[in-house]
Amino acid sequence: MIRLEHVSKVYKTSTRPALDDVSVELDKGEFVFLIGPSGSGKSTFLRLLLREEVPSKGRVYVSNFDVAKMARRRVPRLRQSIGCVFQDFRLLSNKTVAENVAFALEVIGKPRNTIRKVVPEVLQLVGLDGKADRMPHELSGGEQQRVAIARAFVNRPLVLLADEPTGNLDPDTSQDIMLLLERINRTGTTVLMATHDHSIVDSMRRRVVELHLGKVIRDDARGVYGVGR
Amino acid sequence: MRASFVFSEVITGLRRNVTMTIAMILTTAISLGLLGGGLLVVRLIDRMQTVYYDKTSVSVYMTNDISANDKDCSQQLCSSLWNALRSTSGVDTVTFENRDKSYERFKEMFAAQPEMLKVVRPEGLPASFRIKLTDPQRSDVIVQAFTGKAGVKAVDDGRQVLTKLFDLFGGVRNAAFVIALLQAFAALLLISNTIQVSAYTRRTEVGIMRLVGATRWYTQLPFLIEAVVAGLIGAVLSVGLLLGAKTFFLDKMLDAPIQAGIVPQLGKLDVLMVSPWLFLTAIVISVTTGYVTLRLYVRL
Repeated sequence: MIRLEHVSKVYKTSTRPALDDVSVELDKGEFVFLIGPSGSGKSTFLRLLLREEVPSKGRVYVSNFDVAKMARRRVPRLRQSIGCVFQDFRLLSNKTVAENVAFALEVIGKPRNTIRKVVPEVLQLVGLDGKADRMPHELSGGEQQRVAIARAFVNRPLVLLADEPTGNLDPDTSQDIMLLLERINRTGTTVLMATHDHSIVDSMRRRVVELHLGKVIRDDARGVYGVGR
Repeated sequence: MRASFVFSEVITGLRRNVTMTIAMILTTAISLGLLGGGLLVVRLIDRMQTVYYDKTSVSVYMTNDISANDKDCSQQLCSSLWNALRSTSGVDTVTFENRDKSYERFKEMFAAQPEMLKVVRPEGLPASFRIKLTDPQRSDVIVQAFTGKAGVKAVDDGRQVLTKLFDLFGGVRNAAFVIALLQAFAALLLISNTIQVSAYTRRTEVGIMRLVGATRWYTQLPFLIEAVVAGLIGAVLSVGLLLGAKTFFLDKMLDAPIQAGIVPQLGKLDVLMVSPWLFLTAIVISVTTGYVTLRLYVRL
């Protein structure tokens, strides 16, 4: 589903590569943690998958997209097959919960009756039925992240990228969010989650890819966050 | 493409930076108004040229010898000139005016100024041919062919005075165009700036749009349409401005010369004939500026 082959990325403003000869493969339906300290290259990794950046060297594949080589006009297609969740939720504060989710479908031109049908479905899936008409500021952090997840998942992407999705949440709420991500993973969606959260990684016992200074230093099938960290 | 979505984005965008939008609309309106003014002056000049040139004629003045001795242009030198004029291509009619007739006409013209009549004697006025041309623009042919010929004292191109007048109008028109151009440049910068501000205030939306795979059209079209809508409102205002200036200013100012037939009247129809160009200019400017701005300065 996701494959990086000898990928290096050097930013113009830096002498050290953000990613240095990284090769990783994620299968369809996998749940993978991407861990490592700040500056280890996690964000660059995710940005390459979204074609927010292009690699300096190597090749990136997502599903059957040759991400680094594809024409610019095809990038929207790639992004439609990837859902994204962030630490800061990135909701539109002037739209309701349902409108926030619907927005993701409106802007890719989905017909209105489809939107009317699938938005309540996905809100139910993330446990927000009954809150469709709330504004984001009326929700707790955990609920806001659920809206973000609903928005990321409403178009049924092949891959869900989560960049520190629990970074702003307390442990209990984080646990709920992880359960939700697991549920989404069980529908067959590949989930790649960049995180610093030891307890979550340790308790889930999923595949762990660890980056350090742009290199993959560990790839455990059922890993923990790491000793002494 | 969901039209309703794009439309609601446009409305939101225009409302969100309403002061910039108003500035953009007004600048566009003024610049288009000046452009329209220039175009109207062009129409006015065209119309005046047809009216005036029809009334003008070229005069060929005879030497003193002919003026004094040949009252009906029957002698050889005068009649050969007459024939030569008549057979010149582009000449419509040629009339001969002898010294006495010239003096009568002079008396009519200066009836109000008796002191002029005291000074001028018939002997001071030459006989002349008055030539009407089928194409008044080609008077220089006559001037060139007959200046310096035997029996000819001078050739007077009646068009020359008018040419100076029209040069003046041309200057007014050019000035209007130059100011319009400067204003258009200001409008262009404002459009560009408004789009950048608009894109900045909507960066979260646009960021999400990109992330969920909205195409470039979907992210950029609302900004472009915003610019075009503002441009079109500007064009409507500029047409209003021109109609207002015509009705309340020009018509009143030029009332007397219009009644006297000196200046042809500009109708509402003239303003309407010019307005499609203003709308077209508004669209072209806003689309190009919008497109270039989005390409160069806004990362969407």
